[in-house]
Amino acid sequence: MIHLETPKRLKPLIHQAHEIGAGMFRPISRKYDRLEHTAPVELEMLGSLMDGMNAVGGQGAGAGKLKQDAGGDDAGVRNGANMAAVLGMIELCWGDVGLALSIPRQGLGNAAIAAVANEEQLERFNGRWVAMAITEPHAGSDSAAIRATAERDGDDYVLNGEKIYVTAGERADALVVWASLDRSVGRAAMKAFLVEKDRPGLTLDRLEHKLGIRASDTAAFRLENCRVPAGNLLGSPEIDTSKGFAGVMQTFDNTRPIVAAMAVGLARAAIEETRRILGEAGVKLDYRRPRTHGHAAAARLMECEADYEAARLLTLRAAWMADNGQPNALEASMCKAKAGRTAVDTALACVELCGAAGYGETELVEKWARDAKILDIFEGTQQIQLLIVARRLLGKSSAELK
Amino acid sequence: MSERSSKLDPIGLGVRALTRFAGHPLTARLGLHRPASAVIKSGARVGFTAAAGAGRQFKALSQLTRPSRGERPTGSGLFDLTPSDEQQMIVETMEQVAAELLRPNAEQAEADGAPSAELIAQANELGVLQMAIPEGLGGAMAERSPVTGALIAESLAHGDMGLAVSLLATPSVALLLADHGNAAQQDAFLTPMTGEDPPTASFAVTEARALFSPYDLGARVTVRDGALVLDGEKALVVNGGSSDFFVVAARSPEGAPGLYIVERAAVGVTVEAEPAMGLRAAGLSRVRFDHVVLRDDAAFELDAGAYDRIIASSRAAWCALAVGTATAVRDYVIPYANERTAFGEPISHRQSVAFMIANIGIERDGLHLAVLRAASRMEQREDALREVQLARTLAARHAMQIGSDGVQIFGGHGFVKEYPVERWYRDLRATALMEGAVLL
Repeated sequence: MIHLETPKRLKPLIHQAHEIGAGMFRPISRKYDRLEHTAPVELEMLGSLMDGMNAVGGQGAGAGKLKQDAGGDDAGVRNGANMAAVLGMIELCWGDVGLALSIPRQGLGNAAIAAVANEEQLERFNGRWVAMAITEPHAGSDSAAIRATAERDGDDYVLNGEKIYVTAGERADALVVWASLDRSVGRAAMKAFLVEKDRPGLTLDRLEHKLGIRASDTAAFRLENCRVPAGNLLGSPEIDTSKGFAGVMQTFDNTRPIVAAMAVGLARAAIEETRRILGEAGVKLDYRRPRTHGHAAAARLMECEADYEAARLLTLRAAWMADNGQPNALEASMCKAKAGRTAVDTALACVELCGAAGYGETELVEKWARDAKILDIFEGTQQIQLLIVARRLLGKSSAELK
Repeated sequence: MSERSSKLDPIGLGVRALTRFAGHPLTARLGLHRPASAVIKSGARVGFTAAAGAGRQFKALSQLTRPSRGERPTGSGLFDLTPSDEQQMIVETMEQVAAELLRPNAEQAEADGAPSAELIAQANELGVLQMAIPEGLGGAMAERSPVTGALIAESLAHGDMGLAVSLLATPSVALLLADHGNAAQQDAFLTPMTGEDPPTASFAVTEARALFSPYDLGARVTVRDGALVLDGEKALVVNGGSSDFFVVAARSPEGAPGLYIVERAAVGVTVEAEPAMGLRAAGLSRVRFDHVVLRDDAAFELDAGAYDRIIASSRAAWCALAVGTATAVRDYVIPYANERTAFGEPISHRQSVAFMIANIGIERDGLHLAVLRAASRMEQREDALREVQLARTLAARHAMQIGSDGVQIFGGHGFVKEYPVERWYRDLRATALMEGAVLL
């Protein structure tokens, strides 16, 4: 039955995540925006709490437990791990995106493991905090142009290359490093390797200074003849040219709705705060009269709220499809594209609407406007998402629609 | 690509469609074995002016002792986008109506200012009207589902928005009567809709002034010599010339917004054609009410909040129509962008074009989901004013952008009437400013 409300049984999880966002993140939000590169000690307890949440019923507000649900034989509709993760992430990022990215053991690398690791690896890597290392200085959106290599040597793989923009790279226990087994084969040879941080040959080069999400560390690494056991290759070691990029893409199908959820949460924070600030100035939103009849500021905020609503529902749809075993690559990219640009447009509009209160550091609105920008960039930029959506709608290959 | 090339004789198409529908499971559910109505009203024509005094009379039959309303569906409470089997069946039927009756006849209906009588009869025989009347009154509405209503509006508007609006006008009044009419009103106005030669009706809210809102009504009802008297003017009234009665939003004697049934035949009712930018198949009319003495049972007895819900339901229906037309744009530009070449390759190979189409897809889906959410909240009797306003805001901005992009992708070919995209551009402009007429 068509019904688009939050399921009752996930309300406790949403409430819990909201309490973390409101009670833990908001009070320290500005502090770690200023103390860039300082690990938020307040979050150490939180990791254990999230582990507990994940253990109970296999659901969590983080990305660690995501997997495309097989659908199952029972015809019943599911609101499962993907829906839970998305709804939880909205609340956490309503609190603070940078801090949500810094929750121990909830990294995107964990999502990659969940998506492509085999049972033995799931067991062996359980409980680690794993960061994702794909981007290189010369390969951003074009992740198929990755230059890092992995060479088989006896029972090991030897990794060489350079990785940048590794979220939580300093604080995580391990990285999922994407490298090529054979650069002449192209995308099909791209594989993911779990690289523990203490492996010789892995060096943390530097931490970036950023526009926003400063609470989250962003690291650059060098891999120089870094050896990992062959068992650390995630998924199949075969170079299957028919599947090609499947591993990377499968991960993204799962995690794009999560990043969209981050954007949705941030947009809601900005809208709610702006409504409060505008309310103090006597501007109210009236949902009964046409939006063009009220105050221009209210009309603008209502446009932001409408885009937020669309972004939120597109995100929930993508998660719902994943929970119910439906392929959602198109819908995952749609929600990421809509949510990413909505977060940026909304937060920037809110700064303008709130004036000095929005631009100054006494409130958090300006911080959200800085944090928002990354949400339209990482995990596939706006333009990459539009390319994916356009190719699928038009039935075009990446060679035709470049 | 041209509509013209695929156009067949509309009657032939209709017959073909009917033949196909005869074996459809929905046909039996809707009781389509009933004989087709013998007398078919002729549609409105652009340029008519009609004076009052003649027309259909409605008698109170006093057979109903209490009103009949549809039951609401109930579900598991999970987030779910799966339509029920019945919804799936209805959507398939309506999609065929849209593809085989509405789209091929849209151009002619626009020129005529109304759907042909045959088209109206065919659509009604396929259940468009009966699905809005509760089973308890002899209709085919098993459950009162605004979600189903949204899916119907989307499907029909994929064929043509003007025709969809025209066809949904009477069913929308039927829903008003089913939801809010008392026994006497249902008896006199709703029950006849299940019979042969069903009466036609239109829900008139919009007035012709800037910053009009349904909460600031110029039309007003006063009490004179113990009778209710209506004065005022309604703009862009759908099927104005062919409606047997209107439900008019007017300020009550107490000063609150109210709804009143006004017979077309009542003294003081004047109807004039009011052609507009788009929706030209919907017989848009200006209707004047000069000292119209209303029937004793004219006033709807609205519960607290009912007027808000009715207005919201109407706005949501317009949003659903916008989804249908936006979908039509999406489905129409994709093959064109793939076939049309410029600079040696399909224009869809250019990001400037491809991204436009990606955004058409994204914003269309966002609006669709927003409409479904608003409708599902209405279905569960939850407050939906916020969700409707947000959907309407999306329709005003993004659905209109989709209409504009549809023409843009076709370039000069989109600007001339060779393709329907220019009509969709004109129709989509209506969706966020119209009040009344249609309902979920």
